[in-house]
Amino acid sequence: MADGAPLLELEGVSKRFGPVQALDRVDFAVHAREVIGLVGDNGAGKSTLVKAIAGIHSPDEGTIRFEGEEVRIKGPQDATELGIATVYQDLALCDNLDVVANLFLGREQVSAGPGQVSRQLDEVKMEHETADLLSNLAVTIPSLRSEVGTLSGGQRQQVAVARSLLGDPKVVLLDEPTAALGVPQTKQVLELIRRLRERDLGVVVISHNLADVFAVADRVFVLRLGRAAGEFKAEETTEEHVVGAITGLGDNGERNQHGEEGEKS
Amino acid sequence: MSAAEAATAEETNERRPTTGETVRRIVQGDLSSVRVVLGLVVIAVIFQVQEDRFLSAENLTNLMLQITTIGLISVGVVYVLLLGEIDLSVGAVSGLSAAVMAVLSVNHGWNAYLAIAAAVLCGAAIGCLQGSLFSRFVVPSFVVTLAGLLAWEGALLQVLGKTGSLNINDPKITGLANIFYSDTVGWIFAAVIIGAYGAALAVGYRRRVAAGLGDTNAISQIVRFVLLAAIVIAAVAILNSDRGVPLAVMILLAFVVGMEYVAKQTTFGRHVFAVGGNAEAARRAGIHVNRVRIAVFTIAGTMAAIGGVMAASRLFAVNQNSGGNELLLLAIAGPVIAGTSLFGGRGSVWTALLGALVIGSISNGMDLLSLSSAVKLMVTGGVLLLAVLVDAVARQQRQTSGRV
Repeated sequence: MADGAPLLELEGVSKRFGPVQALDRVDFAVHAREVIGLVGDNGAGKSTLVKAIAGIHSPDEGTIRFEGEEVRIKGPQDATELGIATVYQDLALCDNLDVVANLFLGREQVSAGPGQVSRQLDEVKMEHETADLLSNLAVTIPSLRSEVGTLSGGQRQQVAVARSLLGDPKVVLLDEPTAALGVPQTKQVLELIRRLRERDLGVVVISHNLADVFAVADRVFVLRLGRAAGEFKAEETTEEHVVGAITGLGDNGERNQHGEEGEKS
Repeated sequence: MSAAEAATAEETNERRPTTGETVRRIVQGDLSSVRVVLGLVVIAVIFQVQEDRFLSAENLTNLMLQITTIGLISVGVVYVLLLGEIDLSVGAVSGLSAAVMAVLSVNHGWNAYLAIAAAVLCGAAIGCLQGSLFSRFVVPSFVVTLAGLLAWEGALLQVLGKTGSLNINDPKITGLANIFYSDTVGWIFAAVIIGAYGAALAVGYRRRVAAGLGDTNAISQIVRFVLLAAIVIAAVAILNSDRGVPLAVMILLAFVVGMEYVAKQTTFGRHVFAVGGNAEAARRAGIHVNRVRIAVFTIAGTMAAIGGVMAASRLFAVNQNSGGNELLLLAIAGPVIAGTSLFGGRGSVWTALLGALVIGSISNGMDLLSLSSAVKLMVTGGVLLLAVLVDAVARQQRQTSGRV
């Protein structure tokens, strides 16, 4: 685990949807230069947790601290301004726009000129920066001007991840980045996640696939029925332990959680 | 040259389509404007064979005047279609706005320009209202604007009062559709357009080269320039050999070019495409989706009002039928025929002009042949159906080739 104070820290975060307690007093922390695998069964609250951080759903209770300061995240814009970028599983990209347009969506570069509305998009600058960013990340896309809808799943996911880096974030949340990808494409995306860590980012990866989680994560955080159900160092645990915590069967999860808590205090 | 630049240059070369790919793109609708131009040529040939007045300078000038209203309304409709929405009220809004102008000018003696401004504001306010209702209450735009269609038609009758018709005699208003410029002014107009287009192409090309983006498609730029220059020169020559370049055509072109610029070259336009492509992705990218929607419906209302003013100017009158009949459907059909997708996120403002030309040519040609309006409506309906089918097929093919 990375040293020092956490970049992003959640304390006692709860969220209800009507009768459903989606999150129940969850504590969660992300440090710079670490990858956290956020795992759990369907409905365990993984997506709700990420959405609370990303500003899609404000939590009902609890505090969020970013770089030590307590913050309120009321919308996606707030999260972006803080330096939290989110990559969603399927809702990330506009298929009818090209790679450059998607990368700069919501933060288009414009040429100098009068008025806000009439300023011309600086396509040349955006394309140039896109090419630089993608080559830095070793992402290869056949043409930056092809519509995103024409790309493969892996390429789309890489574009979505690359896009999240444009605002110079400190924390990146990835929702099921490897779902529905083939083996070589999964490998590319995992490679990209490692490069994010090398850039000193805090990375949270939600995934169903424990093999993928163990391939990149430094820590594994387990949610079960909206509650924290265990936190493991990836190199010191096994998939069986994590599965135990996810399902709640077997006492491995519980014991490890206590161990972890003991270590913290 | 860095590795990145080299890679980009390589990609640029790869991106040059082969002939087969170009054919595929025409079929799939990516190059739908080419398809439409071919369609226009076919229409022109058919009517010219039947009636040799069709391609006369006089008739082509009339055609341009006939399509002004539909073209202007379609400009706004294109924006709504880009969102993947529909605005059924544009016809009624054009009629109501024109009536507002006529009443203010004729009955209340307002200055012509103030009356026109009031009409345009009226259209904008209606569009803004409908857009707000649509986005605030998440009612389908179809329903909101259908309600608008009925309500604004009622408002038109109300505004016109008992006589049900008003004749406009202020030359400042009637001049909009009835002024023709001299040959010299026409040629200056042509020179300005060609010069501006050439300059824009050259500046863009030089910037790309300077930035190392290595766009080697200089030839395609030159081809585009020569094509546009040829079209403009031919158009001005034809118009000059009749009554001259009409002010109405200049107004239509100005709006098409201006709104195409907004759609393709500005942040707002980019956001319109994004919302039409994937509203949720746009929202999560921090775009104020509802603001974009309201702005687009405001544009549609504004363009409808401008179209209505031009129609009133051309007819010298506003009556109970203003903005009625098939105007609404033709204004929506035009862009769809010319390749703007009904499903949102794909299209251009040029399709407003091209579509109006297609519909206007068919209507004009059938008038020359003295066909009944029964036949006219059926033929126009058939053309629209064909266009929508082509759009749907193109979409299916995109999906099967992995492009949603």
